[in-house]
Amino acid sequence: MFLKEYFLDIYKATKSLLTGMKLTGYYFTHHKEILTEEYPENRKSLQLAERFRGEVIMPHDANNEHTCTGCSSCEIACPNGSIKIISKFDITPEGKKKKAIDQHIYHLELCTMCGLCVEACPTDAIKMANTFEHSVFNRNHLIKRLNKPGSKIKEGIEE
Amino acid sequence: MFEEVGTTTEGDLIINLGPQHPATHGVLHLVITLNGEIIKKVEPHLGYIHRSIEKMTESLSYRQFIYVTSRMDYLSAHINNHACALCVEKALQLEVPQRAQYIRVIMDELTRIASHELWWGAMAMDLGAFTPFFHAFREREKINEIMEETCGARLTMNYMVPGGVMVDLHPDFQKKVKAFIQQYKAKIHEYDELVTGNIIFQNRMKGIGYLSAQDAVSYGCTGPVARGSGVASDIRKIAPYDVYDKVEFDEVLQTEGDSFARYMIRIQEMHQSIKIIEQLIDVIPDGNFQAKTKAVIKLPKGEFYQRVETARGELGVYIVSEGAAQPYRIKYRSPGFSNLSALDHMVRGHKIGDLIAAMGTLDLVIPDIDR
Ligand code: SF4
Ligand code: SF4
Repeated sequence: MFLKEYFLDIYKATKSLLTGMKLTGYYFTHHKEILTEEYPENRKSLQLAERFRGEVIMPHDANNEHTCTGCSSCEIACPNGSIKIISKFDITPEGKKKKAIDQHIYHLELCTMCGLCVEACPTDAIKMANTFEHSVFNRNHLIKRLNKPGSKIKEGIEE
Repeated sequence: MFEEVGTTTEGDLIINLGPQHPATHGVLHLVITLNGEIIKKVEPHLGYIHRSIEKMTESLSYRQFIYVTSRMDYLSAHINNHACALCVEKALQLEVPQRAQYIRVIMDELTRIASHELWWGAMAMDLGAFTPFFHAFREREKINEIMEETCGARLTMNYMVPGGVMVDLHPDFQKKVKAFIQQYKAKIHEYDELVTGNIIFQNRMKGIGYLSAQDAVSYGCTGPVARGSGVASDIRKIAPYDVYDKVEFDEVLQTEGDSFARYMIRIQEMHQSIKIIEQLIDVIPDGNFQAKTKAVIKLPKGEFYQRVETARGELGVYIVSEGAAQPYRIKYRSPGFSNLSALDHMVRGHKIGDLIAAMGTLDLVIPDIDR
């Protein structure tokens, strides 16, 4: 009786090990099922999800116009001070003073990609881009100015 | 408190496991008193990854403080965010749209599966089996892709906001989730073949790290650790939030209280999560995904508490508000901390190799223990 159980145990144990090894062997011989991607070799074909939060950008249209009013909502919404708004005063054709954006400074090196600034913007002037290769040799390159030089606000955008 | 490293009483040896050790899954430091190979005492030392999240939160607004909690238990990021959002909504007495509630629960369960998958791979790796890790990551990758597509991030989602979710679901979401469920069902048998049935694995898990139901309660263990000892502690059942009261699922319980019981609990919990997702994925109602909230959220004066079930156990968020736009004080009750405290009791008298196995079944995430 004891002997029978003893050999049964050995049989079961060996079987359980072989089941696992069979599976490993299966994947060893079926290369099609391998899922790992080789980065950076596959850089050209690499597709990231459209919504992937990689960096904050300000889209400009063909006339070099954006929709940022300089309201500072994004600066207030940011939890770690990655955005700094420097505003100026434009003179409208009627001769009135109007607040406008001078420089939209974005610190990529501080940003945690939470997306709260995009949520807060009332005019959808900024959005998250799905770029992710941000490494540079000098960290000052990570401090970006989002509104392009010489750009201006689109007609008819109000706060 | 801190004993000298070296011999104390005759024959005893004190060694340090960690803070930089691959088996501790992070910067956990264990001071182990050994007699030969037998463990006499295990003393966890914390503080290596303390970022003072609770203090930091006192200077953040009620919209901003949620994103930090993704960095606590980073494998349950969605569920942490959910807890914070729920606590703020409770204080504001805000009605969350049905659509948002459904989305939140589906996301929570996907996170739970992803977390358990990673635990399963890491657990097997602790015991010396390297292949399962890649099998686990194959399925987990699918979930991460779904998250990436809808939420915009793979790990630190910050998708839940007070009043709902940040953006609506991606049009492909339902299709992708269904494809994932199919893949999961087709491949789950591999998990049992590779690890669960393996004789070496079973011998190293059964009867190791015993925790009785009484001890589980007195150490404050929650989640799979408590349920492995037969303590019903699922917050989704005890105090349902969002649409958990509308779905049907079992609270998995095992009474053995050893490492293998805790292992089986998590495996079965993944099946239950799939069951919950299947019930919800086809009936997500239309409508708003976010309730209207004021630009600056101010909570009424008072104290608010909300608990949820993360992949590791009960997470509590306790907000003390003075009526301002920032909390006066925030306290998180993290599941990992209490579960870790039971480790010493579990492994006394076992061999040092069993410590790694028992610790693996606690599913420790160090940034959650050490906020
Ligand atoms: S994504 Fe978050 S951290 Fe980055 S700039 Fe916007 S609000 Fe600040
Ligand atoms: S980007 Fe949007 S939120 Fe920020 S200053 Fe411009 S308009 Fe205001």
